[in-house]
Amino acid sequence: MTHIAKPRVIHPRLEKNALGLTRRDYEGRMSTLCAGCGHDSVTAALIEAVWELGVPPHRAAKLSGIGCSSKTPTYFMSSSHGFNSVHGRMPSIATGANAANRDLVYIGISGDGDSLSIGLGQMCHAIRRNIDLLYLIENNGVYGLTKGQFSASADLGSKSKRGVPNRQPPIDPVLLSLALGATFVARSFSGDRGQLVPILEAGLRHPGFAMVDVISPCVTFNDHEGSTKSYAYTREHYREVAEAAFTTPEDFVPPAEEITTEIQPGRTRDVRMHDGSVVRFRKVAEEYDPTDRDRAYAYVREHQEAGEVVTGLLYLDPGSEDHHDVLETVEEPLWNLPFERLCPGAEALDELMERYR
Amino acid sequence: MTGSRINDFAFKIGTVNGTGSASANGLVMQSIFRMGVPVSGKNVFPSNIQGLPTWYEIRVNGRGHVARTPHFDLIVAMNPATYARDIAEVRPGGWLLHDSSWPMADTLRRDDITFLGVPLANLCVRNFEGARERILMKNIAYTGALAALLEIDLEIIRRLLEETFGGPKKKHLLDSNFQAIRLGYDHAIEHFDCPLPIRLEPMRENDDAILIDGNTAAALGCVYAGATVAAWYPITPSTSLVDAFTRFCGLYRVDPDTKRRRTAIIQAEDELAAAGITIGAGWAGARSFTSTSGAGISLMSEFLGLAYYAEIPSVFFNVERVGPSTGMPTRTQQGDLLMCAYASHGDTKHICLYPNDPKECFELAVAAFDLAERYQTPVFVLSDLDIGMNDWVVPRLRWDDAYRPDRGKVLSAEDLEKIEKFYRYLDVDGDGIPYRTVPGESPKGAYFTRGSGHTKFGTYTEDSDEYTEVVDRLLEKIDRAGAAVPAPVIRSGPGARFGLVTLGGCDGAVREALEELEADGERFDYMRIRGFPFSAEVTRFLEAHELNLVVEQNRDAQLLSLLTLETPVAKERLASVRYYGGLPMSAHHVVTGVEERLSLGGARAGEASA
Repeated sequence: MTHIAKPRVIHPRLEKNALGLTRRDYEGRMSTLCAGCGHDSVTAALIEAVWELGVPPHRAAKLSGIGCSSKTPTYFMSSSHGFNSVHGRMPSIATGANAANRDLVYIGISGDGDSLSIGLGQMCHAIRRNIDLLYLIENNGVYGLTKGQFSASADLGSKSKRGVPNRQPPIDPVLLSLALGATFVARSFSGDRGQLVPILEAGLRHPGFAMVDVISPCVTFNDHEGSTKSYAYTREHYREVAEAAFTTPEDFVPPAEEITTEIQPGRTRDVRMHDGSVVRFRKVAEEYDPTDRDRAYAYVREHQEAGEVVTGLLYLDPGSEDHHDVLETVEEPLWNLPFERLCPGAEALDELMERYR
Repeated sequence: MTGSRINDFAFKIGTVNGTGSASANGLVMQSIFRMGVPVSGKNVFPSNIQGLPTWYEIRVNGRGHVARTPHFDLIVAMNPATYARDIAEVRPGGWLLHDSSWPMADTLRRDDITFLGVPLANLCVRNFEGARERILMKNIAYTGALAALLEIDLEIIRRLLEETFGGPKKKHLLDSNFQAIRLGYDHAIEHFDCPLPIRLEPMRENDDAILIDGNTAAALGCVYAGATVAAWYPITPSTSLVDAFTRFCGLYRVDPDTKRRRTAIIQAEDELAAAGITIGAGWAGARSFTSTSGAGISLMSEFLGLAYYAEIPSVFFNVERVGPSTGMPTRTQQGDLLMCAYASHGDTKHICLYPNDPKECFELAVAAFDLAERYQTPVFVLSDLDIGMNDWVVPRLRWDDAYRPDRGKVLSAEDLEKIEKFYRYLDVDGDGIPYRTVPGESPKGAYFTRGSGHTKFGTYTEDSDEYTEVVDRLLEKIDRAGAAVPAPVIRSGPGARFGLVTLGGCDGAVREALEELEADGERFDYMRIRGFPFSAEVTRFLEAHELNLVVEQNRDAQLLSLLTLETPVAKERLASVRYYGGLPMSAHHVVTGVEERLSLGGARAGEASA
């Protein structure tokens, strides 16, 4: 744990985004996670993504449950409202906040314990409702704060630090999300910022629930030989299927950097979202169709059988309708509707009372 | 039974759940209401969709005493499965109306009551086609017989049917319903000495009254208070609150141009999520609420602690039912008083409001949102199944257009510009209430909300002093709310040695009991508590009386316990009177209980007989 305060000095030549903000403006407090924790890399990728997208920090809300992962909202975007809630219950807090104010950018950060055990129900139902929320699982297969118990994402046969093998099958958030009808499903690795940043950007702009499962090794309790969520194991078994990036739609602050320049001809695929934006997939395997839910599911399963961790933006529903579309709520945020438009008034009540005679 | 009793009797209708008797019973109740006579209807129903016995109890009382009574002058026994029980419950000298299409066993007969047999099934078989219609019309036909026996105004019944089955498309329904009424009515006139000595006479008591249930009224309160987010999980007896809210939002909350809604009503996956959604919405600035019953509060307790500690406005309706555990889901109780006052682990305390009838459900719903935002904390409105689901005669609900919601201490972007730095949990004004900001308004207003230890500046802490400073302020804040919750309703006079204290739906029974008790010469003062934390007025009342009899509907004397814990009044000055069998409190329970206590010199031992 560190108690060192971050220096406030900002170099004058730091690169600025469309809002005139530097990456430093998107930082938070000093991390108190273990040195080398995958979660800190995810935080760095997230800062990069929101900076590139030019999200005004105060227009974002960061939400989490309980656990190592859920501490991370403190480590980025100090100028955003943050909410470190209750273990496994962030999805419902996010649902309520989003219902009250649909205009904010919601970033939910969870872990494998928080999402796949205590909070499994809430996560599933947030997926069903298609809450407009970037939902990150920092997945390390282990409970860190309580010192190394297996989580529900630990693979069969994966060994604990003491060498005890896990005998229960894992819950895979990617497969689960696909089965539940999630409209955006991705997997990445905390050690691959090049892949993770564009996925986060795509997820932030997806109009609905964007599930991003990030393998994020726990250096203290699950980075040993025998673990299937270690840095070494993940790097060895990594299979990148589909990188993705949003191209520039008119209605959004453009990214500061052109992030689609590396596309190799013949290996890209554009998917137009119903809000007009376009997601460009690159490095797509010949047989892979990121808009075919069943094939995405089968593809992930097949490669899992072969011992490979498939990463990339794996599935995208271009017709995603979020919770507000389903609830048919007004365009304005509900929390701020003028009282006159909410209260029917005395005359209406007098009239109504006649029905109760 | 001797002499005639005009506008002062009680009767009960026993039927089979799912046979359509609810509309027939509602018709009887509403007709009496329209005759201007004070009336109450209690639906005693099973946790079942079809097939189990169900009863509807109606009490008529010209002097306005319409709390439940366990004494029935007349029982309509439409369910052979409960004949024995129904017959046994008729007061000596009373009447039993039954379907005489089939013979009734002689062993069931009683000599001290009059059996009124009407061949309802036969009449309906002769006059209607189809099994469904015959069953439905049998219920309407007993309504006709009741009209003759009790002198319910037939014209009013006709008008009510016309209102229900208005328009040419429903003309055949109107005709068959009124035909069924006539079948029962004519048969009764022909065969019985109508009217019975218990009968109705029109009054003008209901000119300014309505007939409404507490859940509907509470939902209306939420609409008028400006609530925009509702989250819930279906549970009897609270479900109809959100159902009503949904209906009202359909009426009043649809944008006329875009047809889009100004409300988000979310059916959650469980009560945990319902609480989370409510709190999330409160955090983001909306007036939000959830509606549940005791079992739901058990699940919500985790979140209630968070909302208390992180200081998030939110409103929780608890329409109480019988516990513990699943208990008796369709029976009423006041068994959640202690749980709601202190819900969640650690040191917590919550503002609670206790409406006594649907009118107060409406008014206190509005007050709950104001208190929640003023004190930045969860607020409970505790009604119960009897108030929530039964139709009550109450004065018309009225609204003052001058009302503006009290959003409490919320700093806008402009406000924030004027201050140097914003700290979420700092007691700037010395009243225990900090300022809050709404996400998205200004970078200067950003703060971190957490259920973990925090300093008054909003930062994480594990330091004893920093932690203590915040929780001490929280205690002060909630205790100060005692002065802002609705004041107790007190009736006092000179020379009363004893105080009668109650809350919520016991009100009617206690008021009626007071008359009876005072007829013996003893004077009582009366206090109905409406809010927690208790105000100074509550303490003053208790201290002014030698002995206070605390009337409530739970086994463990929870209100008495709360008064012991939260007021300086000596335990010896409090004695308990309680009934908790699941039916609404009656004056009989109160009188018996009080007399027992007073003869025991105020000792707490023993039970009020049910």
